[in-house]
Amino acid sequence: MTFNAAALLLLIAGLALIGWLAGRARSNLLAGRAGKKLHSRPQYHGWYVALWLFAPAALFLAVWSAVSPGLITNQVIATEAAQSLPEFGFERGAILSDARAVAQGKQAAVRLPAAAPLVKPYADASHKYAWIGIAAMLALALAGGLYAFTRIKPDFRARTRVEKIVMLFLLLASLVAILTTFGIVLSLLFESIRFFRLVSPAELLFGTEWAPTSGAPQPDTFGGIPLFWGTILIGAIIAMIVAIPIGMMTAVYLTQYAAPVVRKWVKPILEILAGVPTVVYGYFAALTVAPALREFAVMLGIPNASTESALAAGIVMGVMIIPFVSSMADDSINAVPQAMRDGSLALGATPNETIRQVLIPAALPGVMGGILLAVSRAIGETMIVVMAAGLSANMTANPFASVTTVTAQIVKLLTGDQEFDSAKTLAAFALGLVLFIVTLLLNIVALRIVKKYREAYE
Amino acid sequence: MTQDDLTITDPKMKAHGVDVFYGEKQAIKNVSIDVGTDLVTAFIGPSGCGKSTFLRSLNRMNDTVASARVTGQITLDGEDIYAPSMDVVQLRARVGMVFQKPNPFPKSIYDNVGYGPRIHGLAPNKADLDVIVERALVRAGLWDEVKDRLAESGTALSGGQQQRLCIARAIAVDPEVILMDEPCSALDPIATAKIEELIHELRGKYAIVIVTHNMQQAARVSQRTAFFHLGTLVEYGKTTDIFTNPKQERTKDYITGRYG
Repeated sequence: MTFNAAALLLLIAGLALIGWLAGRARSNLLAGRAGKKLHSRPQYHGWYVALWLFAPAALFLAVWSAVSPGLITNQVIATEAAQSLPEFGFERGAILSDARAVAQGKQAAVRLPAAAPLVKPYADASHKYAWIGIAAMLALALAGGLYAFTRIKPDFRARTRVEKIVMLFLLLASLVAILTTFGIVLSLLFESIRFFRLVSPAELLFGTEWAPTSGAPQPDTFGGIPLFWGTILIGAIIAMIVAIPIGMMTAVYLTQYAAPVVRKWVKPILEILAGVPTVVYGYFAALTVAPALREFAVMLGIPNASTESALAAGIVMGVMIIPFVSSMADDSINAVPQAMRDGSLALGATPNETIRQVLIPAALPGVMGGILLAVSRAIGETMIVVMAAGLSANMTANPFASVTTVTAQIVKLLTGDQEFDSAKTLAAFALGLVLFIVTLLLNIVALRIVKKYREAYE
Repeated sequence: MTQDDLTITDPKMKAHGVDVFYGEKQAIKNVSIDVGTDLVTAFIGPSGCGKSTFLRSLNRMNDTVASARVTGQITLDGEDIYAPSMDVVQLRARVGMVFQKPNPFPKSIYDNVGYGPRIHGLAPNKADLDVIVERALVRAGLWDEVKDRLAESGTALSGGQQQRLCIARAIAVDPEVILMDEPCSALDPIATAKIEELIHELRGKYAIVIVTHNMQQAARVSQRTAFFHLGTLVEYGKTTDIFTNPKQERTKDYITGRYG
């Protein structure tokens, strides 16, 4: 007898269905007997019973599934057979999980001889806790169901109750993403703190030498400046030089000049481009743009031209960001009231003067917000830079040279066999934290600007 | 339509047999009207009667509506404004417009007024522009209220001040005609009174055409009144005649509040 959460969930769902039918029938019966009209329609009484039956039991099931393995292991460790186990570490864990696998029937026989005497205690404990869990769950389900069932009366406001419970579920659903993000930040933070015990934050933030894999003879250095510079060069400078003018011109064309038919086709196509997987852009950057740029640079006689260049990654990233910038700029220009445009045209301004001197200045805050969001996307972008920008941490303003970015280095630090307690690995988390904070700040500022700007025209 | 007692000897603008269509729908049917040079002309009529549409065809603002089409003839000083030789940009500099809702640009007060003169190259240098801006604001009766804060945003002014700023903006390009499309409908009574006072002062300097919902306002500010109904011009004459002795039954019903 083991504890099978999925089967049990089905069981209580079945009970809930019975509860639903029973609740509905009882409400009809009581109403008929009392000769009164029901406050809520019968199915709401059914839902009320079903929810009371299902929700507490399901919640218990979730908690129990998380807690019971620990309880089982504790009981096994307390037995005499477990006293001979090694104190700590991998060996102890391996023996325990070996015994557990056999006890649960996932494995025919033990692989480690030391696990053999533990199989029986494990099976016993599993059995015991499974029964406790099932009994408690059923008791809870029945208690909840009975409680709800006895409350049914013709004038009982089942609909209000059910709606409240549904609202609670909706609230929980909306919290999932937020709580998950919070958890991610915490895990980043803890690993980063471990890193900062080994390396000072000042070195990461202001150091100019990045060489985490230099090996034993020299100590590793974790100066983040070359990475930050590479990130800014690619994401905030080159990509934006490409994306801002092209995105703006696209938006101006689409909002002011394009015939409705053109707009009807071009705008959705641009929006689809925003959904192209970045790895596809990465191929394009690495296989097509980068070699072409290198040849061009060699032709010009530029030193240090590399097939992995900041320019290739930046240009392709800029192209990737164009739909983003153009759609934000499009929204902002469209949000400028028609009255503003009419006012300018009525003064004898040409459409061109109107766009340059009235529409774009009026839309500028919104456009700026969009650009900041685009920058925050660009600096967090990983695939293109991993494939096209290279991994050598150079501090150079030469766009034809190879540079590296924060995201590319995180990938490099975390791929391959790594122990999770070396400074090298932990550095990835610290870099991730820095990136997270910077993009978070950028997003906050950008959304503020956009919001303020929207208010100005409402 | 009666024109017998009309004493417009030197019309600024003349419309003859004007039709305006929005797609298939005809919004204005065969309207002919003369706009006097130093008079205030009021267009009145119930909502949807086409008075604003007709006003917007006088400076070709209907061009900005893709489906709009104007036929017939409208002249400014005898020149056909829909002729291919007419430059719409210059036309609009000569026929200014003030809108229903104040629409100052999100720029400083100074730049709002200076915008038109700048794009038309009316002010070769800053000193000239200063003079133009001041004169326009003085004429619009706004100078005393804003002279110490010309650098502040035009959108920070009150509704009535914004509307006078828009009038100053129109005056600054030195137009010959000013079209006003219900300029007081978004304003409170005090701001409305100020605008009406301003219209009185501007009379004679510019030919003014004002569309209004408010019949008392038409009676107060105008010398000529045109009554529109269902896209046609029902009656046009001296304001005093229209309001005291209308010749058409429909005009009489409207001004006595029978419908509208």
